[in-house]
Amino acid sequence: MGSNMAENHPVGFQWVMEARLKGARVIHVDPRFTRTSAAANLFVSIRAGTDIAFLGGVVNYILENERWFDEYVKHYTNAPVIIDERFKDTEDLDGFFSGFDPEARVYDTSTWHYSGLPVQETAGERSKGGTKGEQSGHGAQAGQFVHGEPPEEDPTLQHPRCVFQLLRKHFRRYTPELVSRVCGCTKEQFLEVAEALCENSGRERTSAIVYSVGWTQHTVGVQYIRTAAIVQLLLGNIGRPGGGIVALRGHASIQGSTDMATLYNILPGYMPMPHAKQDTDLATYIDNHSSTIGWWGHLDAFFTSQLKAFWGEHATKENDFCFDYLPRINADHSTYQTAFDMLDGKVTGFFLLGENPGVGSSHAKLQRLALASLDWLVVRDLYEIESASFWKDAPELETGELETEKIGTEVFLMPAAAHVEKDGAFTNTQRLLQWHFKALEPEGDRRSELWFMYHLGRKLREKLADSDDPRDKPLLELAWQYATSGPYEDPSADQVLREINGVGPDGSALGTYADLKSDGSTASGCWLYVGSYADEENKPARKVPGQEQDWIAKKWGWAWPLNRRILYNRASADPEGKPWSERKKLVWWDTAQKKWVGADNPDFQEEKPPTYVPPNGARAENAIAGDHPFILQSDGRGWLFAAAGLMDGPMPTHYEPHESPFSNPLYSQRSNPTRQLFARRENPYNPAESDAYPYVVWTYRLTEHHTAGGMTRTLPYLAELQPEFFCEVSPELADERELEHGGWATIVTARTAIEARVLVTERMKPLVVDGRKVHHVGVPYHWGTRGLTTGDSGNDLFPVALDPNVHIQEVKAATCDIRPGRRPRGKALTELVASYPRTVGDEA
Amino acid sequence: MSATSPTDALSYYGRPIIKEPVWETDIPLYFFTGGLAGASDLLALGAQLSGNHRLRVSALAAAAAGAAISPYFLIKDLGRPLRFLNMLRVFKVTSPMSVGTWIFSAESATTAVAAACELFSVMPRLRVTAQFFAGLIGPAQATYTGALVAQSVVPAWHEARRELPVLFASSASASAGGAAAILTPAEHAGPARRLGIIGGVAELAASKLMEWRLGKLVGSVYHEGEAGKYTRLATASTLAGTALMALAGRRREGAAAAGTLLLTGSLCKRFAVYHAGKQSARDPHHTSIPQKERGGRAVTQPSSRTGNGSSPSPTTR
Amino acid sequence: MKPGDGVETYEAEAQPRLGFFTDTSVCIGCKACEVACKEWNLVPEDGLAWTGHSYDNTGELNANTWRHVAFIEQQAPDPIKQGKQDFRWLMESDVCKHCTHAGCLDVCPTGAIFRTEFGTVVIQDDVCNGCGYCVTACPFGVIGKRERAAASSPAGAGRTSGQSPDVLQTAVASDGLGAITKRELGGDGGMHKCTLCYDRLQNGMEPACAKACPTDSIQFGPLDELVERARERCGDLVEAGVSEARLYLADENDGIGGAGAFFLLLDEPEVYGLPPQPIVPTKNLGTIWGAAAVAAGALAVGVAAAFLRGEE
Ligand SMILES: Nc1nc2c(c(=O)[nH]1)N[C@H]1C(S)=C(S)[C@@H](COP(=O)(O)OP(=O)(O)OC[C@H]3O[C@@H](n4cnc5c(=O)[nH]c(N)nc54)[C@H](O)[C@@H]3O)O[C@H]1N2
Ligand SMILES: Nc1nc2c(c(=O)[nH]1)N[C@H]1C(S)=C(S)[C@@H](COP(=O)(O)OP(=O)(O)OC[C@H]3O[C@@H](n4cnc5c(=O)[nH]c(N)nc54)[C@H](O)[C@@H]3O)O[C@H]1N2
Ligand code: SF4
Ligand code: SF4
Ligand code: SF4
Ligand code: SF4
Ligand code: SF4
Ligand SMILES: [Mo]
Repeated sequence: MGSNMAENHPVGFQWVMEARLKGARVIHVDPRFTRTSAAANLFVSIRAGTDIAFLGGVVNYILENERWFDEYVKHYTNAPVIIDERFKDTEDLDGFFSGFDPEARVYDTSTWHYSGLPVQETAGERSKGGTKGEQSGHGAQAGQFVHGEPPEEDPTLQHPRCVFQLLRKHFRRYTPELVSRVCGCTKEQFLEVAEALCENSGRERTSAIVYSVGWTQHTVGVQYIRTAAIVQLLLGNIGRPGGGIVALRGHASIQGSTDMATLYNILPGYMPMPHAKQDTDLATYIDNHSSTIGWWGHLDAFFTSQLKAFWGEHATKENDFCFDYLPRINADHSTYQTAFDMLDGKVTGFFLLGENPGVGSSHAKLQRLALASLDWLVVRDLYEIESASFWKDAPELETGELETEKIGTEVFLMPAAAHVEKDGAFTNTQRLLQWHFKALEPEGDRRSELWFMYHLGRKLREKLADSDDPRDKPLLELAWQYATSGPYEDPSADQVLREINGVGPDGSALGTYADLKSDGSTASGCWLYVGSYADEENKPARKVPGQEQDWIAKKWGWAWPLNRRILYNRASADPEGKPWSERKKLVWWDTAQKKWVGADNPDFQEEKPPTYVPPNGARAENAIAGDHPFILQSDGRGWLFAAAGLMDGPMPTHYEPHESPFSNPLYSQRSNPTRQLFARRENPYNPAESDAYPYVVWTYRLTEHHTAGGMTRTLPYLAELQPEFFCEVSPELADERELEHGGWATIVTARTAIEARVLVTERMKPLVVDGRKVHHVGVPYHWGTRGLTTGDSGNDLFPVALDPNVHIQEVKAATCDIRPGRRPRGKALTELVASYPRTVGDEA
Repeated sequence: MSATSPTDALSYYGRPIIKEPVWETDIPLYFFTGGLAGASDLLALGAQLSGNHRLRVSALAAAAAGAAISPYFLIKDLGRPLRFLNMLRVFKVTSPMSVGTWIFSAESATTAVAAACELFSVMPRLRVTAQFFAGLIGPAQATYTGALVAQSVVPAWHEARRELPVLFASSASASAGGAAAILTPAEHAGPARRLGIIGGVAELAASKLMEWRLGKLVGSVYHEGEAGKYTRLATASTLAGTALMALAGRRREGAAAAGTLLLTGSLCKRFAVYHAGKQSARDPHHTSIPQKERGGRAVTQPSSRTGNGSSPSPTTR
Repeated sequence: MKPGDGVETYEAEAQPRLGFFTDTSVCIGCKACEVACKEWNLVPEDGLAWTGHSYDNTGELNANTWRHVAFIEQQAPDPIKQGKQDFRWLMESDVCKHCTHAGCLDVCPTGAIFRTEFGTVVIQDDVCNGCGYCVTACPFGVIGKRERAAASSPAGAGRTSGQSPDVLQTAVASDGLGAITKRELGGDGGMHKCTLCYDRLQNGMEPACAKACPTDSIQFGPLDELVERARERCGDLVEAGVSEARLYLADENDGIGGAGAFFLLLDEPEVYGLPPQPIVPTKNLGTIWGAAAVAAGALAVGVAAAFLRGEE
C-alpha cells in the first residue's frame, strides 16, 4: 500500500515475484493501477488519502471477528495497559483527542499517558518551547514501572480504559461499509484484503506490509504507518520472518543519511539535536532525553562517545565533552520553513548538495522564488539542475514574476562525483550497509562529497588558524585528521566508516554499542553503526554470495544494529522462548546453552532468559523483562497506543487530506487539526470541498525517471523511455472535460497551472465516494525546464501543507481542475490562476 | 482514443508486425531498368539470330542504357554504397539478391561489351559472343527481381511469389518491346511491337491473377494508397499502350506513343508492387490474419505436464 | 531443439546452443533490459517521441532498439488475477529470435549475417553493405536500418527515420549532457539487431539484458534446458489456473525451425505484436525459383513468339 514497488524498487521486487512464484499472495492497494498492480494477485483501488480508513477497517475487522494473535498481543504489545482516566478519544470529542490547544493547534499529551505514571515532558510540551515535532518519542515516561511493567494493567483486556478496549472503541465505526464509503472500493474488495491478512497471519504464517511515500506524503503520513503497526501487532507480524512493515526508502542511501542525521533536529543515531532553551548543559540534555528503561537508557554513553568522535582530545569531562560546541535549535528549521525564511531574508546563503528543490519539492515555484532571494547558493550536483539555473530559465521569468537582472543570488555550481566515482557505503531500506568501490576516477573538476567537506573544513580551519575568538573554537578543535591519497587528496571513506564505528580506550575498533562508555573513554560517530568495523574489518564490504551461506545471509554486507537482520526478533519466539512454529522459527531460547540462538543475531540480550523479571530499580535494558521484545521502548512492548512521541494523537484517525473534495464522514473535524500550514500569500490553498477544484490529484514516480529528473532527463537512454511530461486520466474524465488522448491538458490549482500531454487510460478509474463519483488526475513529477526531455513540474501544483511530526509535504492527495489544451503563456497564466478561488492558511 | 489497446484488433496498437522494407524509390527504378535491360538483351539476341540488324541495334541500345543506369540505382540504395562489392564475396542460392547480383553483373558486363563493340564497330566476334550471353542471361535478369521481392516476409510480395516473377518478366517484355518499337523504324520493328503486345497482355493478365490469388485482404493493397495510384496508372498505360501498339504500331508516331505508354505502364507496375509491399508490411493484419488462417505450431500449450510431474504446484501451498 | 542452420560448419568448435526463455508472466515492465542492452552494446538513443501507447515509447525492435518491452493495456480478463479483474496490463520484452532457419541470414547477399558457434545469428557490421534485404526477410520485424544522419546533428546520429529532430537540438544546446549522444555511433546506414551479446558469450558471460532483468523474466542458458524449464513453468501456470499461459516458438515445427529466443505468453502472439504463425520465407525458396524459371522461360518463349512471323 502506498508503494509502487515494481516501478520504484524493481530490484527488490524480484523477491516479491519470487515469493509469488512460490505461492505468496501479492495484494496492491493504490489509487491507480500500476506496474505493481499488474504483477499482483489482487488489486484494490482506493481514493488517495484514505488509507487510515482502510487499515482502520482492518483493525476493526480483526477485533470484531476475534482474529488477533492473542498470546502475542497480550505479552508483546501494550494492549493490557490502562490509560490515564482523563484521556478522551476522537469518538468522544468529534475528531479531537483530549488536550488540544486550538490557538497553537498542538496537543498537550499529558492525558494520553499510562495511568499511574507521573506526567513528563513529551513532544507536545516541547513544541510549546517553539519547535514542532523534533521528537523521536523513544522512551518517554518510564519512571514508576514495577519490575519493568507499567503500574496499571489488565491482562484480561477487559478494563474499559485498557489500550485494547480504547482501540476497539476508537475503530468501532470503521466498518466495511464505512471503508467502502470513504475509500471508494467495494465492501467485498475490502473484506477480501482483510480476510487475506488474517488468514495469512498467526503462528504458522506471517504477512508483510510494504509502504513508501504513497503513505508518508500526507498531512497524516505518520499515522498511516501507525495504523499499519497496529494491524501488524494485532496479527503478530512484527519481529518475525516474512512479517514486518517494510518501509521502502528512496535514494540509494536515504536510510543512511537519516541514520547520519541529514535532518535538522537529530544527531547521528537519532539522538535529538540540543534545544537552545531546554538542553542547557550535558547533564540536562541527558536527563531530558534518556530513558530509565530500554536501550535509550544508555543515551549518555552514545552521546558522549559521539562528542568524543567530533572533538577528540578536546572533549573532556571538564568541558562537558564540548557539548556547548554543538549548535542548538530553537525553532522549526525544516526544509519548507527554511524556504519561507529565505523569502523573508532570514536565510541568505545555502548549500544544496544532491537535491533539486526547484523541481522536487512541493510548491516548486515557491522554492525557486526562495532560491532567487538568497545572496549566495552553492550547488553540488552532477548536472546544472533547475535549482542552479533558475536565474536563467525558471518559468517565472516568462510570467514576469522573476527577472534575471533583478536576481541577486550568486550561484556556485560545483560538479559532484557520482557514486561510481567514489568509495563508500549505502545503507538500504533494510538497514543493510553495502560497500561500493570506486569504478573510475572522476574526470575534470568532479569531486566526491567527502573530498568537498574535508577540504572545505580544512581550508576554513586554515583561515581561522590564528583566531582566538571563542566562536571559532568548535571548528578549530574538531577532530579533522584524515589520511588522504591520490591525485586529489581524497580522504579515505574506509577510515570514515571506522570513525563512525568508533574505537575503545586502546584505539581499536569497537564491536558493540554495549561497550560504549559515558566517561569519554570511547568514541563513536553513531552508536547504531558500532560493529560495522568490528575486528578492524570493513563489514559492509563483505560480499559472500548467497549460495555460500544460509538463507539469512549474514555475511553479505552488515546491518545495524549488530548485524541483526530482523528487528525485534525476540518476538519470533513465544513468551517462553520457543518458536511460535517450526515453519516460522527465527531465534529462540536454547535452554541447554542458556542463550538465544537461531539464524539471525538475536535482537535481545543474548543471555537474558525468557523468565527474566527485572528487579525494581533496574536500569536501561536490564529493566526490560525476558518476554518483552521491543527493547527500544520503555515498556519493551509494541505500542498499539502511542502514549508519547506523536503530535497528532495516540491512535490513528481518518482525516481528509488538507485539500479534499469531501468532508470527513466520521467527524466534523475534516482534516488533521495539527497539520502544519503556512498562512502566507505565496502559499495559497485550494478551498476544501470547492467546486472549482473538483478532482483529486496526486503525484508519483515512473520507473524510467528518478525524482526531480536531474539524473534521468539528462540521459538519452532514459529520456527516450518517457520522453514527455504527461498526466493520466480515465476515459470518463476525458469525456467529461473533453481531454484528448495524446493532446494537451492544463491542470490548475491555486498555486499555478501547468500543462501535460494526456494519457487516457483505463488504469485510472473514477471511484464512487460517499455516493459521489470522484475523478483522479495522476501526475508523475519528474519534469523541469532542463535536460533532453523538458516539461512543466508537477510540484508547481502543490501547496506546502505538512505532516506535523516529520514536516513531510502532502503531495499524495490534493485537488485540482483540469481543462483541455495547453496553458496560457506569460501574464495570461497568472491571470488564469487568479480567476480561481484560493484561501490563505486554514479556514476549516 | 486512449492508451488501451483494442482487444479485437489482433495487433499491438495497430503497429506493424514486420518491418517495412527500407528500400527507397531507387529500387523500383532499378527493377524497371534492370527488367528493360534483361528483356532487351533477349530481344537483341533474337534480332541477331533473325538477322534484323536495325532492331538488334535498338534493342542493344535499350539494354545498354538499362544496364548502364541500373548500377546507379542499385548502389545508391545501399546504406553503404562503397561496399557494393561485398556482394561478390559470396554466392547464395537462398538469397535471390546474391544470385541476382551475379546475374546482374554478368548481364551488364556482357551487355557493355556488346554495346562497346557495336559503338566502336570493333571485334564483331566478341560482340556476337557477348550478345549471345547477354541474351541468355537477359531473362534471368528480367525475372530475378520478382523472385527477390517474393523471397521476403512482406505479405503482398511473398504471398504473390508464384506470380511476381511472371509479372516482372512480362512487364520487362512490354518495356523492352516498347523501347525497341520507339527506337526502330516501323518496318524493322515488328518483333518489338509484338513483344510489346505480348508483354502488355501478359502483364495485365499476371496482375489480375496475382490480385485474385492474393485474396481480398492482402490483394486490396494494390488498389489502395500509393500502390493503388500506380496500379491504376500502370493498368491504364499498359492497356492503352498495348492497344495502340496493336492498332497504330506500324506508324512511327503510333509506335512512339504506344512504346512510351508501355514503358510508363511497366515503370508504374514496379512502383505499384513496391508500394503495395510497403503498405502491406505496415498493416499488421496482412501478416497476422493469413498466418492465423494457415495455422501451425508456433504456439504450444502443454496439455499435460512434461517430465515426471512430481514437483508440487506452487500455488497449492 | 535443433541446432541452428549452419552451426555444423564449426565442427568441433560448435558450442551448445544458447538462447533466451522470456517469461512474460513475471515481467514488470521496468525496461532495465532495454537500457542494459544499449549501455553494453553502445546502441544509440532511438528518438524522443512520446507515443501514448501505454508506457511504450520505443515502439518496436529496430536498429537502435534491440530489446523492446511491449505494454498491453486492455479490457480483458487479467490472467494473473484469474478472472477477478476485467482489465489487464501485460508486459513483454521482445528480442531477436535467433531463428533456427533465419530468414535474415538466408537472404543476406554479403555474408554479413552469420551463425555463431553458439547457434546465434549475428550481423557483422564491417561486412554489411546496407542492402536492406534482411529487413524484408525477418518474420518478426527485428532488423532495422540505422539511418544516416545529417552531419550537423551528432545527437541525432542514432535516430531512425521519421522522428522530429527539434527535441534533440535542445539536447545538443544544453550543456553537461551524457557522453552517449556525442559518441560517434549511429548513422551508419547499416542494419543492426541483437547479437545475443556475442562478445559476452565468447567471454563466458550472460547477455546484458538477462543480467539486468530483476525478476528473471529473461532467462538465459542452453536452449534445451530452457525449453524444458519453460514447459514445466507453463504447465505449472496452467495447472494453477492461468489457462491462458502458452509457449511461443518453443517447438521445432513452428515455421522457423524453432527459435533461440522463445516466450511464455499470456495471450495470442499478435496481441504482443508478434506474428501468430511465422515462417521463414526461404521455406518457399523452391517455389520462388521455380516461378522465376518459368517466368524466364516464358519470357524467352514470348520473345521467340515475337519473332515467329519473321520480318515484315
Ligand atoms: N524508478 C524510480 N525509482 C525510485 C524513485 C524514482 O524517482 N524513480 N525514487 C526513489 C525514492 S526517492 C523514493 S522515496 C521511492 C518512492 O517509492 P514509491 O512510494 O513507490 O513512489 P511513488 O510513485 O511516489 O508513490 C507510490 C504510489 O503511491 C500511490 N499513492 C498516492 N497516494 C496514495 C494514497 O493515499 N494511498 C495509497 N495507498 N497510495 C497512494 C501512487 O499512486 C503511487 O503508485 O522510490 C525510489 N525509487
Ligand atoms: N510531488 C512530489 N514531490 C516529491 C515526491 C513525490 O512523490 N511527489 N517525492 C519526494 C521524495 S520521496 C524525494 S526523495 C524528493 C527527491 O527530490 P530531490 O532530492 O530534490 O531530487 P533528485 O532529482 O533526486 O535530486 C538529487 C540530485 O542529486 C544529484 N546527485 C546524484 N549523485 C550525487 C552525488 O554523489 N553528489 C551530489 N552532490 N549530487 C548528486 C543528482 O544529479 C540530482 O540532481 O522529492 C520529493 N518530492
Ligand atoms: S536504480 Fe539502482 S537502486 Fe534503484 S532499483 Fe535500480 S538498481 Fe536498485
Ligand atoms: S528473428 Fe529475424 S533477425 Fe532474428 S534471426 Fe530470426 S530472422 Fe533473423
Ligand atoms: S543489409 Fe547488410 S546484413 Fe542485411 S542483408 Fe544486406 S548486407 Fe546482409
Ligand atoms: S542479448 Fe545482448 S544484444 Fe541482445 S538484446 Fe540482450 S543485451 Fe541486447
Ligand atoms: S528487465 Fe525483465 S522485468 Fe524488466 S522489462 Fe525487461 S524483461 Fe521485464
Ligand atoms: Mo524519496
